[in-house]
Amino acid sequence: MTRIHRKSVKKGFDFTLMVAGESGLGKSTLVNSLFLTDLYRDRKLLGAEERIMQTVEITKHAVDIEEKGVRLRLTIVDTPGFGDAVNNTECWKPVAEYIDQQFEQYFRDESGLNRKNIQDNRVHCCLYFISPFGHGLRPLDVEFMKALHQRVNIVPILAKADTLTPPEVDCKKRKIREEIERFGIKIYQFPDCDSDEDEDFKLQDQALKESIPFAVIGSNTVVEARGRRVRGRLYPWGIVEVENPGHCDFVKLRTMLVRTHMQDLKDVTRETHYENYRAQCIQSMTRLVVKERNRKDRSRN
Amino acid sequence: MDPLRRSPSPCSSSRPSSPSTPPCETLGPVGIEAVLDQLKIKAMKMGFEFNIMVVGQSGLGKSTMVNTLFKSKVWKSNPPGLGVPTPQTLQLHSVTHVIEEKGVKLKLTVTDTPGFGDQINNDKCWDPILGYINEQYERYLQEEILITRQRHIPDTRVHCCVYFVPPTGHCLRPLDIEFLQRLCRTVNVVPVIARADSLTMEEREAFRRRIQQNLRTHCIDVYPQKCFDEDINDKILNSKLRDRIPFAVVGADREHLVNGRCVLGRKTKWGIIEVENMAHCEFPLLRDLLIRSHLQDLKDITHNVHYENYRVIRLNESHLLPRGPGWVNLAPASPGQLTSPRPLKVCRGAHDDSEDEF
Repeated sequence: MTRIHRKSVKKGFDFTLMVAGESGLGKSTLVNSLFLTDLYRDRKLLGAEERIMQTVEITKHAVDIEEKGVRLRLTIVDTPGFGDAVNNTECWKPVAEYIDQQFEQYFRDESGLNRKNIQDNRVHCCLYFISPFGHGLRPLDVEFMKALHQRVNIVPILAKADTLTPPEVDCKKRKIREEIERFGIKIYQFPDCDSDEDEDFKLQDQALKESIPFAVIGSNTVVEARGRRVRGRLYPWGIVEVENPGHCDFVKLRTMLVRTHMQDLKDVTRETHYENYRAQCIQSMTRLVVKERNRKDRSRN
Repeated sequence: MDPLRRSPSPCSSSRPSSPSTPPCETLGPVGIEAVLDQLKIKAMKMGFEFNIMVVGQSGLGKSTMVNTLFKSKVWKSNPPGLGVPTPQTLQLHSVTHVIEEKGVKLKLTVTDTPGFGDQINNDKCWDPILGYINEQYERYLQEEILITRQRHIPDTRVHCCVYFVPPTGHCLRPLDIEFLQRLCRTVNVVPVIARADSLTMEEREAFRRRIQQNLRTHCIDVYPQKCFDEDINDKILNSKLRDRIPFAVVGADREHLVNGRCVLGRKTKWGIIEVENMAHCEFPLLRDLLIRSHLQDLKDITHNVHYENYRVIRLNESHLLPRGPGWVNLAPASPGQLTSPRPLKVCRGAHDDSEDEF
């Protein structure tokens, strides 16, 4: 076991995370908070005039994180322009196409001759940001998730949760969960824990499942709260602490994403989403070949 | 029609008083101030009408804001989260209440616009709103051109449109700009930053400056419009307001105990946001603007500018020229002409008292 462990530690891990949602929901701030990075430091916000002409883009930022000798190559895929136009019909298409392209590239590499250093750019997880200002899911949210739930693991996030009171958070979470079920959206399912796990773990697991969508707050600034310096947001009426589980689900999300479920997210991507894509690909290729063969047979006779 | 229209100065003939008319020399007090009392009594008897419209995406706190403004359950706001499903098309609906305070009656009509900007494709989602506003102008016009007119024409025209900008913290969205550009030419628009409790003070200021810049770049003239400042006092007062617009507002219809006082606010885990506390949000500025200081001004500009613009265009369409006595039957307005942006005609107060066109 230690040999396998040492080998993977040497190689390092990689993880591709996509963030999607309207602009202004705190996506960049959350990414920076989650991974304690400065990925968006030099970002220039588009002005109003530029936004009018903007189309949906896909951007990638990669960062290497090292902790206690373990290296993680993290790739963040962002979708600026999504949901920002007056007419957002099919604005999810560029995103779906990007995901498919990564699958296609992997498929080619995997079917090729030299498979030593295949680069895995497949998207392992998509954090979809739901606005806290709506009454649950908006039509665009439903359309996006339905278009992508068969392609990538979707983890819904309730953004900017510091604008909601505790009863409002509960209400919105319940409503969103109910709507996700009603519309048949298949979000990422946490694997059921084994029946022989201890009670604490089971309770924790249950709590995690009931926290969906994660109500998060992000911050790039450090504030002084209760005598300690913490990541937070300073308001005239109080201080919001990002890492306080009583204030928001940030810690739950980070634990899930990095500490407990990263490998499962990659496994599901590989075993389910990628396999679906590959099967479809092969089927359509086979269909083409059969069609070609039939055509040739017909022309010969 | 309008109880507070300035009465003509006793010295000149039938023209309204202007700054260049020299004051009369009087030999003793005549008791002119009593006219103010007469106006006041008349106003109290007749009451005021005020119509506002709230526009913005669902969930931005429009209904709550209206309830907070008028300290009454104008809208029975839905409990959080269990609201009605987003309507598929934009529907407007109005609610009228009479609010009475110290003997003064205010007939308040609030028009809500659920479904605005909520669809995937929001192209032309402003058309029903423009249509509604113009319909109210049309209604008034039809009443005004009758031979036998009512003593007091019921005024359903929208005096103020409060536009709720979502607190993204970045800048105005394309939808905001499209809407504001079209509506500022038809009605008084007051933009506000909705749900401002999601922004820290620095974020608010930066957002506000960016919005102001966006408004300037796209030539969007929000209320109070610079060109209508009548004198230096107006200018000073309105400049202060223009510096703070859009106001960062928070609405609440629940009361909480803070330091022994009962205040309207939102209770979160990290503190209570007091709606009427200027250190927390700018709701008092919005309330003062709409009710305490600029209510009459909003009505005046609606009547003297926006309605007049509408009237001129309609009359030109119908090729009307003074033909002598008779009731003129106007052709119904075609929807296309009324929803495209028109240049804003200036000259407030050009409205003449003379009605000898008909």
